[in-house]
Amino acid sequence: MAKEYNWPKFGTAALLGTDQDRIDGIPKATGTAKYSYDINYPNMLIARVLGSPHAHCKLTAIDLSAAKQVPGVVSVVAMKEPGNEIRWQGDLIACVAAESEGACAEGLAAIQAQYEMLDVFVMDDQLEAAEAAKRTSKGGDNTQLENEAGEDEDEDEFAEKELQRLFDESAAVVEGYYGIDAITHMCLEPHGSTCKWDDKKLTANLSTQNVSGTAGQFASPLGITAGDVTVHCDFIGGGFGSKFAADPWGVLCAQLAKDTGRPVRLMLDRDIELKTAGARPSAFMKVRAGADKNGVVKVWDSHHWGTGGPAGGAVSQGVIPYVFDPPNRRRKATNISTNTGPSRAWRAPNHPQACAISQTVYDDIAAKLGLDSYDVFLANLPSVSNGKAEVYADQMKVAAKLMDWKAKWHPHGKGQADGDVVTGLGMGIHTWGGGGHPSNCLIKIHPDGGVETSLGSQDLGTGTRTAIGMVVAETFGLPLSAVKVNIGSSAYPASGPSGGSTTIGGVSESNRRGAQDALRTLNELVGKKLGVEPNTLIASGGRIFVEGNPDKGLSWKEACSLLGMQPLEQKGSFVPGGASPLSSSGVAGVQMAEVAVDRATGVVRMKKFVAVQDMGLIVNRQTAASQIYGAAIMGIAFALYEQRIMDPQSGSFLNAELTDYKLPRLGDIGEIVVEMYEPESEYNRGVIGLGEPPVIAPGAAISNAVANALGIRVPVLPLTPERVLNAIEKGRNA
Amino acid sequence: MTDQHKHQRPPSGFNRRAFLKGSGAAATALAGGTGLVQAEEATTKIVGPDLKPITLNVNGKDHKVQAEPRTTLLEVLRLQLDLTGAKPVCTHGSSGASTVWVEGKPVEAATTLALDCVGKKIRTVESLGGDKIDPVPTAFVHHDAMQCGFCTPGFVVAVRAFLDKNPQASEAEIRAGLNGNLCRCGTYANVIQAALEVVQGGKNG
Repeated sequence: MAKEYNWPKFGTAALLGTDQDRIDGIPKATGTAKYSYDINYPNMLIARVLGSPHAHCKLTAIDLSAAKQVPGVVSVVAMKEPGNEIRWQGDLIACVAAESEGACAEGLAAIQAQYEMLDVFVMDDQLEAAEAAKRTSKGGDNTQLENEAGEDEDEDEFAEKELQRLFDESAAVVEGYYGIDAITHMCLEPHGSTCKWDDKKLTANLSTQNVSGTAGQFASPLGITAGDVTVHCDFIGGGFGSKFAADPWGVLCAQLAKDTGRPVRLMLDRDIELKTAGARPSAFMKVRAGADKNGVVKVWDSHHWGTGGPAGGAVSQGVIPYVFDPPNRRRKATNISTNTGPSRAWRAPNHPQACAISQTVYDDIAAKLGLDSYDVFLANLPSVSNGKAEVYADQMKVAAKLMDWKAKWHPHGKGQADGDVVTGLGMGIHTWGGGGHPSNCLIKIHPDGGVETSLGSQDLGTGTRTAIGMVVAETFGLPLSAVKVNIGSSAYPASGPSGGSTTIGGVSESNRRGAQDALRTLNELVGKKLGVEPNTLIASGGRIFVEGNPDKGLSWKEACSLLGMQPLEQKGSFVPGGASPLSSSGVAGVQMAEVAVDRATGVVRMKKFVAVQDMGLIVNRQTAASQIYGAAIMGIAFALYEQRIMDPQSGSFLNAELTDYKLPRLGDIGEIVVEMYEPESEYNRGVIGLGEPPVIAPGAAISNAVANALGIRVPVLPLTPERVLNAIEKGRNA
Repeated sequence: MTDQHKHQRPPSGFNRRAFLKGSGAAATALAGGTGLVQAEEATTKIVGPDLKPITLNVNGKDHKVQAEPRTTLLEVLRLQLDLTGAKPVCTHGSSGASTVWVEGKPVEAATTLALDCVGKKIRTVESLGGDKIDPVPTAFVHHDAMQCGFCTPGFVVAVRAFLDKNPQASEAEIRAGLNGNLCRCGTYANVIQAALEVVQGGKNG
């Protein structure tokens, strides 16, 4: 008989969908949870790196001799050679390993390097300047038209004419400039590792989102095999897409440990972390959009650009305009190469920027036509690219009720002012995949009734450890506390990297499959003992018994004793591809923001934020909700506060410290309302990842709320007081 | 903590000028404005620059440790005492992640010098755990006021210290009074609920 995998029928699960406290909550809250930065070994050295002070230069000479003389310094290594080009400030030049933090800092200060300056370009918002500096490259384009060019017509010329005709026919045309600055990941635990060798075997305590995938990255440059490396990470202090690799600093840490014969810790300093360990690309766009009298966009023509660092890397043209896909559109992207640190995946790559620069255009169409933004978003739903128009419409209703949208709505710029303070409403919608990644686990049932599962996954902070425990406990009819969850080591069966909201799908699949298979094996023994068919047995409430006849059964412990001396070991595996009854992908999501803007100071304050989110079957309601709250707050951060500020002359990253890199604090978030959208139809889709989607739309929703309050668009995010005041001033002079 | 402690500074056991000539990183930390950079008293004894054995009283126990003038309290706690709850997030102390108590007052261990803590009572987040867990970390777990958790120990200390000073704090007071700690994952909404539970559940004394 083919093995069947399934979830409990809707409404019958004991644990799934309930609020469960994190099983690792107390160690985290009382400071005993050990992160890579916290692993202390006897005789350990502290290593730190020196970053380039210049954004674009050639290293001409480097002298490490003075650094080597500093008391307490044990090893000094150059990471660049004379002649090497350096393309961003903070790129790694050299490394010092020392007995203490102080000696390390002194050693770094004693390194003497000389540089030859090269031309610097960091002005990613200025397309013409980038073209003049020869810093642009083609980023792809795509045109879609309802009418086709005739056989003898030039396609580009036809498109030009056709777009113009459609603009001429439009009831409203919005033409404008929109943008969002580059931001960093700002993982509170910086990138790095603590490495130790035992004979020829390396233990790398790496702060990583990719426990199972990084061992080989250490092995190859160190001349060993991945089997000689154990990557370990019980807890990670933030990753957000930036910590998938061993990275040069990870490999260097292992090399230093090998060379010195001592354990070494190498974590990046805060400023180096921000300058070199990842950023989210910026996005700026010139656009023209035409709509009918109901605000339905019929024609779109845009050119956007941005930078992902030296390699260029603008936002993909495929997500512009965002979610909405009007019948006629031309879109073009240009990459700009800048002397800024290279980009890395940042929670929902491409989507937050695309949403912020294009759903603001849709809101401006509402403003131009004097329509309610809600009605314009609703009217455009038939064009959504993911087939979820009905889900969005339903979620919009839920969100509007929670926001009290209809009662609070006023046309753009026409609200009641309280002195200098005006309020406004805005919304945005988003989409994401979230299908599970490949995952393997090993489930063990011990003869004494103990249960454990082991897999090379990691808990980014989303509550993965607890969710895994819930899946296994649910399957065996046990309390969560009865299951031991072992993750965070490459010694366990391989499981995918945590990125793109793929973890919950992957680990739920492997663990449910493994647990259901293990239970089938156990039920064979129980069935034999009770003289019943194994498939009549169910596991629930700490017992295995005949369904409908709870007295005919055994306690979990009695059942496990039938295993004899050896534990039952069962591998659980999931390979994505094809339909699975346990997981799927594709979510929607609607968010609304209410803000208060002080026209005298330019300060925007969050009043209320509503997030309505679908996610298929909810594993742990509490940690799922936390993901949405957190995403809303991260969204408030990039909508109102955070930006990478580069000095256009020197290319210096001016605010690469927490004191200067502005983020919201606890008092800045206003009221946040999270609503899980979960009709039975969603439950029946199985598990879907949740991390990325709710972080996408806050930029658009908040910018639209500010535009609604002021009656003026503040075109570039974050909406800092300076930018708000400039927009007001420009509006006054217009 | 009463207000009268605010302006008292016990005599310092080392020379801050000598310190400032030392480590670049630590000197930057001082410049961040912890109130430690102040005019020197002419009578200050010069200590260092080498390692010096000192005794620090941490969580009720005396510990013999080694410190240079530039050694921060955070470095001693984390590396010599393996108390890694306080986190090194930034050298300027603007994140709140390294918050501990010194003489009952919450300070950033990242910007506090170890030598300056001799003879003082130091308490870390670990003192809230163990066999008898304090209601604040328990409330953090119940309200899931953590994600990656790297800021969480510092936040727990900040909330404990804030509620000790404001045992009946309202939500508005909590929102206004806990802005010294930074969280990147976005746990603030849950931290507010955790703090409120401690107040309203009568668990705050």
